[in-house]
Amino acid sequence: MERLEQPTKLLAQFAAGELEAFETLFRQFQGEVFRWIVRIVRDPAAAEDLTVETFWKIYRARARFQPERSFGAWARRIATNVALDYLKTARPWEEQFAASMPPESAPDLRESSPANPGIQNPAVRRELRERTQLAFQQLPAQLRAVAVLALIEECPHAEIAEALSISTAAVKSRLFRAVRLLRNKLGNLDTSHD
Amino acid sequence: MTEQKKADQEMTEPEMSKPEMNEPEQKKFADLLKQSLPPTNWELDRDLWPKMLQRLDHDARPRKWFAVLFSPAALAAVPWFDWALLAVLIVGVCLSPRSIPVWLYHF
Repeated sequence: MERLEQPTKLLAQFAAGELEAFETLFRQFQGEVFRWIVRIVRDPAAAEDLTVETFWKIYRARARFQPERSFGAWARRIATNVALDYLKTARPWEEQFAASMPPESAPDLRESSPANPGIQNPAVRRELRERTQLAFQQLPAQLRAVAVLALIEECPHAEIAEALSISTAAVKSRLFRAVRLLRNKLGNLDTSHD
Repeated sequence: MTEQKKADQEMTEPEMSKPEMNEPEQKKFADLLKQSLPPTNWELDRDLWPKMLQRLDHDARPRKWFAVLFSPAALAAVPWFDWALLAVLIVGVCLSPRSIPVWLYHF
């Protein structure tokens, strides 16, 4: 999310509860908040609702906002918490199938990993994609958010740490645990130590 | 300290050297995830301000008395001792239904 510097006067008016100031900030930041949320939840319809939810929380917490601080960073932290709450409560349909999928049906990932393009069979590739999606959906919300931002969206660790209000070491730790869980669910990939 | 914070600090030296921490290993999983869940490029295609106004109006609307009285926040604010008294009262009434008129008289 790019940092748009806001006039302190506008932010002070917002903190005082002026609806016009809130509208100005809303119109300016709604797109950025939406883009941030949709990166985490990966569902544009849900992201729209969560954007409104985020700004509703922002408006309710306006008295605690310090006008000399960055509105964008504050909004992103709230948006991240709202998105994480959504991930914790939402149960996508894929999860229901994940539990019922027998482990024997797992394809041999040693042969079909991206590092090893030996498998040309589209059916196996499709199954690999589906299993990866299922494994990803089963990650705890905190780990899923870090994994999606770091591994898929390639956000810098410092940016993720700021949004989650944690240290960069904690981001690395969560990333480590996310990869470990994915590895356990998907089976060993073709790694150099094997 | 919360469980999450504990877990965040629990990465030890041996864990740091595990294959999951290797960049090639993480890149492999990143490639796998990108194939399965491509990066998002969705943009907001409509103004959400009308929806926001609806939400603010809904929030500002006066709530019905029972919704306020029995809201989770109101129920959570009741001291445990009052719940205990209520439980004693209910048990007493169940054990001795004839005492109901006495209770009603006192209330």
